[in-house]
Amino acid sequence: MNLTLKVWRQKNAQDAGRFETYTTSEADPEMSFMEMLDIVNQDIIRKGGDPIAFDHDCREGICGTCGVVINGVPHGGHGTTTCQLYMRHFKDGETITIEPWRARPFPVLKDLIVDRAALDRIIVAGGYISASTGSAPDANGILVPKPDSDAAMNYAVCIGCGACVAACPNGSAMLFTAAKVAHLNLLPQGQPERYTRTANMVAQMDKEGFGGCTNHGECTAVCPAHIDMSAIARLNRDLLAATLKGVA
Amino acid sequence: MATVVEPRIAPVKNDNLWYASDSMPPDMAPSGPIAEMWDKHRFEMKLVNPSNRRKFTILVVGSGLAGGAAAATLGEQGYNVKCFCYQDSPRRAHSIAAQGGINAAKNYRNDGDSIYRLFYDTVKGGDFRARESNVYRLAEVSVNIIDQCVAAGVPFAREYGGLLDTRSFGGAQVARTFYARGQTGQQLLLGVYQGLCRQIDRGMVKMYPRTEMLDVVLVDGVARGIITRDMVTGAVEAHAGDAVVLCTGGYGNVYYLSTYARGSNATAIWRAYKRGALFGNPCFVQIHPTCIPVKGEYQSKLTLMSESVRNDGRVWVPKKVGDNRPPGQIPEDERDYYLERMYPSFGNLAPRDIASRAAKRVCDEGRGVGPGGLGVYLDLADSIKRLGKKVIEERYGNLMEMYEQITGENPYEVPIRIFPAVHYTMGGLWVDYNLMSNIPGLFVGGEANFSDHGANRLGASALMQGLSDGYFVLPSTVPDYIASTKFKPVTTDDPAFKEALNETNVRVKRMLSIQGEKTVDDIYRELGQVMWEFCGMGRNDADLRTGLARIPKLREEFWQNVRVPGEGAELNQQLEKAGRVADFLELGELMFIDALHRTESCGAHFREESQYPDGEAKRDDENFRYVAAWEYNGADKPVLHKENLDFEYVHLAVRSYK
Amino acid sequence: MAVVALYRSTIGKKVIMAVTGFIWVGYVVLHMFGNLKYFVGATSINGWAEFLRTFGQDILGYSGFLWVVRLVLVSAVLLHILMAYQLTQLDWASRPVRYSGRNYLSATFSSRTMRWGGVFILLFLVYHILHMTVGNIHPNYEELKPYHNLVVAFRDPIQVVFYVAAMIVLGLHLYHGVWSMLQTLGVNSFPRNATLHRVAQAIAILVPLGFISLPLAILLGIGVRP
Repeated sequence: MNLTLKVWRQKNAQDAGRFETYTTSEADPEMSFMEMLDIVNQDIIRKGGDPIAFDHDCREGICGTCGVVINGVPHGGHGTTTCQLYMRHFKDGETITIEPWRARPFPVLKDLIVDRAALDRIIVAGGYISASTGSAPDANGILVPKPDSDAAMNYAVCIGCGACVAACPNGSAMLFTAAKVAHLNLLPQGQPERYTRTANMVAQMDKEGFGGCTNHGECTAVCPAHIDMSAIARLNRDLLAATLKGVA
Repeated sequence: MATVVEPRIAPVKNDNLWYASDSMPPDMAPSGPIAEMWDKHRFEMKLVNPSNRRKFTILVVGSGLAGGAAAATLGEQGYNVKCFCYQDSPRRAHSIAAQGGINAAKNYRNDGDSIYRLFYDTVKGGDFRARESNVYRLAEVSVNIIDQCVAAGVPFAREYGGLLDTRSFGGAQVARTFYARGQTGQQLLLGVYQGLCRQIDRGMVKMYPRTEMLDVVLVDGVARGIITRDMVTGAVEAHAGDAVVLCTGGYGNVYYLSTYARGSNATAIWRAYKRGALFGNPCFVQIHPTCIPVKGEYQSKLTLMSESVRNDGRVWVPKKVGDNRPPGQIPEDERDYYLERMYPSFGNLAPRDIASRAAKRVCDEGRGVGPGGLGVYLDLADSIKRLGKKVIEERYGNLMEMYEQITGENPYEVPIRIFPAVHYTMGGLWVDYNLMSNIPGLFVGGEANFSDHGANRLGASALMQGLSDGYFVLPSTVPDYIASTKFKPVTTDDPAFKEALNETNVRVKRMLSIQGEKTVDDIYRELGQVMWEFCGMGRNDADLRTGLARIPKLREEFWQNVRVPGEGAELNQQLEKAGRVADFLELGELMFIDALHRTESCGAHFREESQYPDGEAKRDDENFRYVAAWEYNGADKPVLHKENLDFEYVHLAVRSYK
Repeated sequence: MAVVALYRSTIGKKVIMAVTGFIWVGYVVLHMFGNLKYFVGATSINGWAEFLRTFGQDILGYSGFLWVVRLVLVSAVLLHILMAYQLTQLDWASRPVRYSGRNYLSATFSSRTMRWGGVFILLFLVYHILHMTVGNIHPNYEELKPYHNLVVAFRDPIQVVFYVAAMIVLGLHLYHGVWSMLQTLGVNSFPRNATLHRVAQAIAILVPLGFISLPLAILLGIGVRP
């Protein structure tokens, strides 16, 4: 396959950044998107240039490290992470635009790599159950109805890639935050801290400078873990309850 | 270069490749009946007064199941913890990719499971090359792990009554594997990560993401710090502490293609080795039977199809050599369900090493399927017929989706193609019962140590070991070390830190200054091919010697002809990779030497010279019933120490799954 | 306290938008219901206007209830606008560097025109009040005679086109707004999502249709009695 790539290059956080164009004729429909970038990079290195920096790690769609905006859609729009996107989804001769996640809380570190520490700080603010090691009762001591457990799992599968933020026209981190809140708040173990957790995580999310949710649904449309918008409704509901209880 | 604590090497020339030594540090396992050891030991361990704990700094490298859980638990106890990971967030450690499940001897199914049986299965599964005391503790603690994870909010699969669901896994005849869809590792890691976040919130753990450990610092022979590189700014920094805990995972990426994350590396443990830590059983590498086959030259990564699929899938190849018909056109009586044929009692659930080797054997016979004949079918058709597509979808939906994404084939209609791939390393830094290496103050947990799996790891046991080390063992043994050690105050101004910093800087500069013709990947890929071809699933003396001869040449090529673009003081992914590959180029050599020296077959290590007429692995307990613990010896040959293994509880027997 | 806490968070601001939005959705539904009385006849619709003024007059006095409603509506719309303004500022600030090109997968025309649609509806509202309530831009306004005022106003096709256009914009605003309101108030949960969407769609289609039917009928002479 012949491809033309318009890639965002930015030396570091201070640099203004610009698009640069690369071409390759060695792409193969059976390659993953990252493997295609590998080949382009090998070529750049051989010619004495600086290869394109992009985040990636497990390359099997679970670690959440990778993620670029491909032709205006985070992860490229096939329901997968960028690393699980295969070149068979592109046409021979196509021009592909590749940009980093763009949001104020995600400063670009280099080229396509952004700093997503803001997402960690949201979890640090309360995205956990305070279960000190060694203090746990027998695992079957608390029954969890299968529907609750399944529903919690539907939200727990978030990989924290940040595509939801990148896709949101408002740069909102609601789907990310809501997924964790919904996961933990659905389980009996999560009840004691339910409302403080919700209030603290939302406060941190706002503090980071993420935008608000206007329910476009772009987040869920690009989510490689297919997390549903109902997570956001749950978050809203619990925040409202937290407020009424005077926790927030 | 700092050396080992005690002069206990008595080198003896051997085969011109290594020296042998009679000395071996003690394993520190307590005396008494195995079932009481851990309890007894916990009582005997010294404690640190809660108000004194924050005066001690513990450096934890790695934030996966072992590192993350250790950092969180030690922080919870009140120690001052610094945790380092190369990923941009501790939530991304490669424990996340484990799919199938986690074993625990809960016996919730009342199907005859017990701590003793899990212990027995693990020792047998490891082909009698693991230390009984450690394995028993692992089985014992497994029960607490599940409790802990559930309390932390891990949404394990449940039955309609609200109780936890379990399934069976390779190498076991009981259903003791707890799971969360096909994403158990993810859910466990996120549970650990959340616990870690709680300690970060409390100010007990300071997290250093995008930070790579490049060296360990010894002061007077004791581990007192590490050298790191900030992967964003390129700053090389020193961190001092009272104990160093390495939970940096395995080294399977030495093969280039593996199921590891691209960033997984051996640098931390290799640097520790070069500072004097013993390396246990480096050649024990698990080749996982159910990976998606390689597609092309450009391939960067192999992806696993969870072994759990073997629960509902039947493995087969055509009976005829070179049968190129599509699978649907091959009639039932022309198919060879070889695992069911060769291992009737375990069938498709035969342990990983055995299933991998069987796949290699049928492919070597020319009966492999798919491109290049490197693949076998894992057929779900019977189960789909029996249980319906919906049930299969519920069990493996995400795996099926992933398979379709990667191959473009619909696994509900066409049988899945699988082939073995490098997946896990049983070898790692040698540790005693306390998970401390022979360097005082240097602890090693999770896949980074050599301990519990012997020569072969059973499915769903890696998660168990990571969490056992991280939640329960290290948080008991590290404080014991702290309580029983007199620490001299050390800061990063100590000459040992200056020296290590300088060495690291020189090494980085040297790599950047070569500016040769080959990219890091060019050389890395070659290394991977040498490792896979000559130190892969089946090993023999001639091959091993051929491969071993090639490594120094590759290393020379690297140091003279590699091109690392960019600078040190910036985000430089090629530089990161170059450093890792440089270490793999040394580690690979030690793996060859270890594989050469062990002329028996055991577990994943199959020496073609040592097999039964039917092709099964033939162990040599008389000569090799030991852990090979290698010591770095400067530019000279490595020194082999032997930890003899005594089997008091599980009787040495031929490991049969027939 | 709770309200202040709510006001501070983005979700709280959205809840305020949702509640004020809910008030206006209720109002437009009732307003439309009143309008449809036109089809019953002059007495009916004029009586409705009178009823709104006499309702509760024993306590609140003549028109008292109406003024309470107006006060609530004005407060609601002001809060709605204030919150929208603040959230928009936050939203725009969260993406300082824009994408070179964006491809939307699920955002609709309706969801993406909420802000400018809202501004248009506000302008229309001002016009509509001056036109039909205050009457100072009406060609021949008569107090308390809505039938007459309507029939006179909508003989002008330009007015009709303008009103119809405004109602389409309102429909678009409701189409996303009603579902968004339910979502913000936390009513949505997985199996209910589709139903909620249908409720929102029904309101978004029926309300503007109800409104539009009136000017169109008048223009076409349907139901107009001298």
